[in-house]
Amino acid sequence: MFTGLMLNTWIAGTVVAVIAGVTGFFAVLRGSTFAAHAIPNGAFAGAAGATLLGFNPLAGLAVFSVAGALGIAGLSRRARNDVATALTLVMMLGVGALFVSWSTEYAQEAYSLLFGEVFGVSSDEVVPILVLGALSIAAIAVMFRPLLLSSALPEVAEARGVSARAMELGFLLVMALATSMTVPVVGALLMFSLMIGPSAAARSLTARPVLAMTLAVMLALVTVWTGIVVSYQTNWPLGFFVGVMGAFFFLAGRAYRAAASRFRPRVA
Amino acid sequence: MHYIFEPGFFSSGPVHVALAVGTVIAITSAVVGVFTVIRGQSFAGHSLADIATTGGSGAFLVGVNQFWGFLAFGTGAAAFMEMTGVQRRRGRDVATGVVLGAALGLAALFLYLATQSSSTTGASFTILFGSIFVITTSTIPALIVSALLALATVVVLARVLLLSSLSPDIAAARGVPVRAVGTAFLMALAISVALSAVVIGAVLSTALLIGPAATALRLARSPVKAVFTAAAAGVLAVWIGIVLAYDSYYWPPAGRGWPVSFFVVTLTVGGYLLTGLRRREPQNRRPAAQDDHDPEHACSPA
Amino acid sequence: MADDLLRLENVSVRLGGREILKDVSFSIRPGEFTGLIGPNGAGKTTLLRVILGLQPVTSGEVLLDGAPRPHRDSSIGYVPQKLAIEPDMPLRVRDVVSLGLDGQKFGLRLPSRARRERVSDMLTAVGAQRYADARVGELSGGEQQRVMIAHALISRPRLLLLDEPLANLDISSEQGIVSVLARLARAEHVAVLLSAHDMNPLMPVMDRIVYAAAGRVAVGDTDRVVQPEVLSRLYGRHVDVIRVHGRILVVAAPEGVDEAEVAAEDAGAIR
Repeated sequence: MFTGLMLNTWIAGTVVAVIAGVTGFFAVLRGSTFAAHAIPNGAFAGAAGATLLGFNPLAGLAVFSVAGALGIAGLSRRARNDVATALTLVMMLGVGALFVSWSTEYAQEAYSLLFGEVFGVSSDEVVPILVLGALSIAAIAVMFRPLLLSSALPEVAEARGVSARAMELGFLLVMALATSMTVPVVGALLMFSLMIGPSAAARSLTARPVLAMTLAVMLALVTVWTGIVVSYQTNWPLGFFVGVMGAFFFLAGRAYRAAASRFRPRVA
Repeated sequence: MHYIFEPGFFSSGPVHVALAVGTVIAITSAVVGVFTVIRGQSFAGHSLADIATTGGSGAFLVGVNQFWGFLAFGTGAAAFMEMTGVQRRRGRDVATGVVLGAALGLAALFLYLATQSSSTTGASFTILFGSIFVITTSTIPALIVSALLALATVVVLARVLLLSSLSPDIAAARGVPVRAVGTAFLMALAISVALSAVVIGAVLSTALLIGPAATALRLARSPVKAVFTAAAAGVLAVWIGIVLAYDSYYWPPAGRGWPVSFFVVTLTVGGYLLTGLRRREPQNRRPAAQDDHDPEHACSPA
Repeated sequence: MADDLLRLENVSVRLGGREILKDVSFSIRPGEFTGLIGPNGAGKTTLLRVILGLQPVTSGEVLLDGAPRPHRDSSIGYVPQKLAIEPDMPLRVRDVVSLGLDGQKFGLRLPSRARRERVSDMLTAVGAQRYADARVGELSGGEQQRVMIAHALISRPRLLLLDEPLANLDISSEQGIVSVLARLARAEHVAVLLSAHDMNPLMPVMDRIVYAAAGRVAVGDTDRVVQPEVLSRLYGRHVDVIRVHGRILVVAAPEGVDEAEVAAEDAGAIR
């Protein structure tokens, strides 16, 4: 399980989990659950298109993801946020469906792009994934304080010169780049679950930002690693484990919160 | 004419069924969609669609027609969502998102298990992305009845829904059972989603729900006009989509045709974008609805 | 009194561990224009919600025509402070006013000329005929208020409640709304209960005042209620009432001011 092709999966999976924890923390804070769900779907379309044309899928992934993020941001200016997100989401999935239908292995390919594939990472994808992952984390690190302020207290941030619009766009773009590469491993439809579940659970456990983010990353790592191991044995899709474990951690976090408040009514 | 309609279009059985059923479903989705957008429940609609995916996959796994799976899981999820409604909006979105994740994960598993037991490779594609050309004739009565039920619900609730959207307090003060009305609407929404899923797939069904509705809201000012415009937009998208999908059998790559869902989605989203270009509303008065928001940002805070 | 339209008797409301309203009693007679005046946080909105049946009381009674308030009641019109609607809401001004007639009913209804005319008349009465076909989500604050007043009045309620209708308006819009309200209320013999934190725009039209502070109320004629002794007792600390150029200002002393100090100051100070 730890040789050759699987090694690629372990590396990619680890990067995916770290990204998910970091971006998920902000997604939950900003209430961008829907956007987190929509953006990886651009990756689905991009990967399908790139595979069709014989490119390295990562290029297609990145381009379409960014297009999706820009689409949401652009449409949101003249329309409700949830309408813009919903329409962008289905548009990208529709294009992806088209690309996939043109290929010969369309059912299998659609399936693995949407739900993840433990053997989905090829050798020439690992290095770009590592690089993009590092870049995304660096971007978040640079944006960390203004993004945190803008997410928690938008008016205060605005008064201090941090434009809410710029932060929203920046965050969406980073989310696009970061999550796009995770599609081969976790699947476009389940990536958001890896972002939301662990992060929501972490927030139930602590209110301190850096600690919450670290916890989110750790929970995501546990999810992915467990998923890889069991998926390898059973051949069940990785996305299944991500979805179910994400829900489990979320509920566990809520249960902890409920129990803690009963025994300690005064908030520390 | 010959270039638009490829040979055999008008005599094809599946095409007749597709046009007839597609029209009914498009109208239902569009009308329910208008109220969905007004009530800010687009995310809920999409969530129900994803949960319907699980239902469809599960149904497929046990050998039942996927529509029943869409319907059962969709309405079940709607009931669950109402019963466990969280007050603060952000809390609700995260909770819904997590449930979605679990549902999609299950869908993945069901589809995988299904393909292991039988060799129907194209079926998962159909559940996810739909095909109005392969509707089982035996389900047609159920489809029509469900559509009429959803439509009737919304029509009966129309005034009350509008009043509640204008001001929930005024509605409640006048004796409107706001919570019960919300639940009934959510059920109609779940049924609509199940129907659209049959046409263009569970994962894409939001397009028929939100696209025509959003387009209509840009063009129409009164509720009656909005509903009729949305229905027209939805029906047009489905008809043109069917024609193009049929024609595409002759387009490259040969013999397979492009997915009808792709056309329908592109047409609904495209139609919406087009209305964005045309509309020039007078900007001389400062809307009260935007007093507290960033003046450039015309949508509600998350 | 037997002919009271609305009567609150010893109403208390407790929410989240706090007593929002404490033993509130007052009554409104048919056709009376009453100002519910007080600072933010005094409980004015809660009081209005109690009357509307949206907020249950912890103790006390709300009586309409001497009987407990029924659940489905169309004799009370309501204009909320703000509408949380998006600009794309597919409702024209005339649609909103039309909903005032039957928005709470299920089913469809056929359009009728009589209804259209009634809506038109109402729109003219509030001065909104000019923008009758505009989207309600694109109106300015003052315009929206007029529309919502029309919406509330078209069903001929006997009591009209307005929650801070003047709060976000400029002076001229303020005066417009007050005069429209007063005129229509008198014409239709509708009692009005209007909440505000500044009583001055309402001085010309108010019959009585219900002054609310810290969950309690003082009720009566403006001259008798808006006095330092009465309001100080209400607020629970020293309050000054300043009358200048026909306008009234209520100023609460800063926290921690000693009563004796203030009395000495007042005695020896030059005004």
